[in-house]
Amino acid sequence: MNAAPTPLDSAQPIATSAQKHSRSFPWERIARQAILIAASLLVLLPAYFMMVTALKTPEAYSLSKFSLPNPLTLENFDVAMRGGRFLLWFLNSSILAIGAVALSLTVSAPAAFAIARMQFRGGHSFLALNTALMVLPPVVMLVPLFLFLANVRLISTYPGAALVYAGLVTPFSIYLLTNFFRSIPHELVESALIDGASSLTILLQIMTPLSAPALVTLVIVNGLWVWNDLLIALVLLPRDELRTLMVGITVFGSRYNNDVPVAMAGMLLASVPMLIAYLLGQRYFIRGLVAGAVKG
Amino acid sequence: MLRTSRFVPYLYLTPAALLLAFTFGYPLIAIFDFSVRRIRGASGPFVGLENYRQVLNDSVFHLSVAHNAQLLLAVPILLGIGLLLAILLYERPRFWPLYRTLLFLPYILAVPLIGVVFSNMLQLNGVINEILRAIGLRALALDWLGSAGLALWSVMGVIIWREVGFGMTLFLARLQSLNEEVTEAARIDGANWWQRAIYVTIPQLRGVIEFYIVVSIITMLAWVFSYVYVMTRGGPGNATIVIEMYLYNFAFRNALPGVASAVAVILFLFTLALTIPLFRLRAQALEEDRT
Repeated sequence: MNAAPTPLDSAQPIATSAQKHSRSFPWERIARQAILIAASLLVLLPAYFMMVTALKTPEAYSLSKFSLPNPLTLENFDVAMRGGRFLLWFLNSSILAIGAVALSLTVSAPAAFAIARMQFRGGHSFLALNTALMVLPPVVMLVPLFLFLANVRLISTYPGAALVYAGLVTPFSIYLLTNFFRSIPHELVESALIDGASSLTILLQIMTPLSAPALVTLVIVNGLWVWNDLLIALVLLPRDELRTLMVGITVFGSRYNNDVPVAMAGMLLASVPMLIAYLLGQRYFIRGLVAGAVKG
Repeated sequence: MLRTSRFVPYLYLTPAALLLAFTFGYPLIAIFDFSVRRIRGASGPFVGLENYRQVLNDSVFHLSVAHNAQLLLAVPILLGIGLLLAILLYERPRFWPLYRTLLFLPYILAVPLIGVVFSNMLQLNGVINEILRAIGLRALALDWLGSAGLALWSVMGVIIWREVGFGMTLFLARLQSLNEEVTEAARIDGANWWQRAIYVTIPQLRGVIEFYIVVSIITMLAWVFSYVYVMTRGGPGNATIVIEMYLYNFAFRNALPGVASAVAVILFLFTLALTIPLFRLRAQALEEDRT
């Protein structure tokens, strides 16, 4: 499933010594595998449950929850598609995630560029303040944001919610881009300066293309953040047709609380795109989330 | 450093500063203002510390704080399991990349999705209880989310299930950046697995462990809303209400933004108090990376 080499795979020497070691202590190897297999099974149990249940008839489900589906049915997906507006929710989440991520990147890149590459009063304090904002829970800001957006009639609109989401992910964008811009070799900037490039040219034609890895990380981490959020969407987008996928499946889940196979069919529909994205872009997910935590 | 005229850096900074002022600056000032008013619509009359008095005397608020405090018990569990898995994967057992992919997966999945699936699994006649009965643990087949005494523990279990992969990945990334010679030397000197973990590996991870503890504490205090909302809505009764849920109820169900803002101020001060050590630890962790 995952054979592609990732940056984390690069440290090779330990492999040989660990293998040598395991050969001399087979019980240690067995214990290690046993723990990892047990943990993996625990992780997989909900996925297994979701899949087999989604394919079961209600009668088969009431007889046995754990067993494989027999007879197989696709009826649940049909009911789920009629009971929930998955395509609409999916579209709403995509619009918000794309809008918020694009806006955040657009304002963060110039700011990070200034902080990383120019000397001016307040640059350091701005970065320190920005980093502190990264751990602030959004619920703290939610009441004034809600009242403000209600006053300017941006409640229940894409722009209102996208603006809030963009703002909330911007501290991380600035933090990551500043660190990345700082790591770009000075010679590249220097030679462009000699050619008479303006600072804007340097940002757009040198810094941005060289920062592709950081930009990909930001698109993934921030996009995932917006995509997975429930609280803000619940409060800022109360209209039915503006529901995001997360609000949608929460409502869907409680509506079909007594029809578990349909509920699970719905969850399966909602999770497939994410699972595919994860398996394809796993290393960016991991790198991005680890970068957000400790390293620059 | 680029040489530019004095105003140019501020020009680059302005759009981001405006956006941050809108999402963080204004709301952080406004909650202090709202918290001393009886808000109707956009503002209202000054009421002094009345809102705070109401919150601090409310037994439901006490209950919420107690529940968040109980969730803190998840932190040592998360740390223990995360470390164990990271150390096991670091030794590169067979199939380790597959295990890593699988074990990190829950952290990618959205909380509402996990919440809906688990709340179905944890029903009284759900799959978890069916498995427990099948393996002879009939006495353990309980109403996991429906009974007041158990519901919060069940929610905590789901939080642990999802968040463990993050700690594991964090520790593993740090381990792989370490110099293996130290561990190797300990091995040659005859230290067993346990001794190597306790005396060699874990001390080298100190910075990232401390950082992880603080981040997890903040998570348990102020980032658990969606778990609770999806699985229990704070119930049964108020058995799983947490501070965020309490705030949400006051702001958006009871329409008392003044009271909700008082809660927001309290939560903000909590987080701020934790952010300061976090900063020190982050600086330390970066320092360790350089050495």
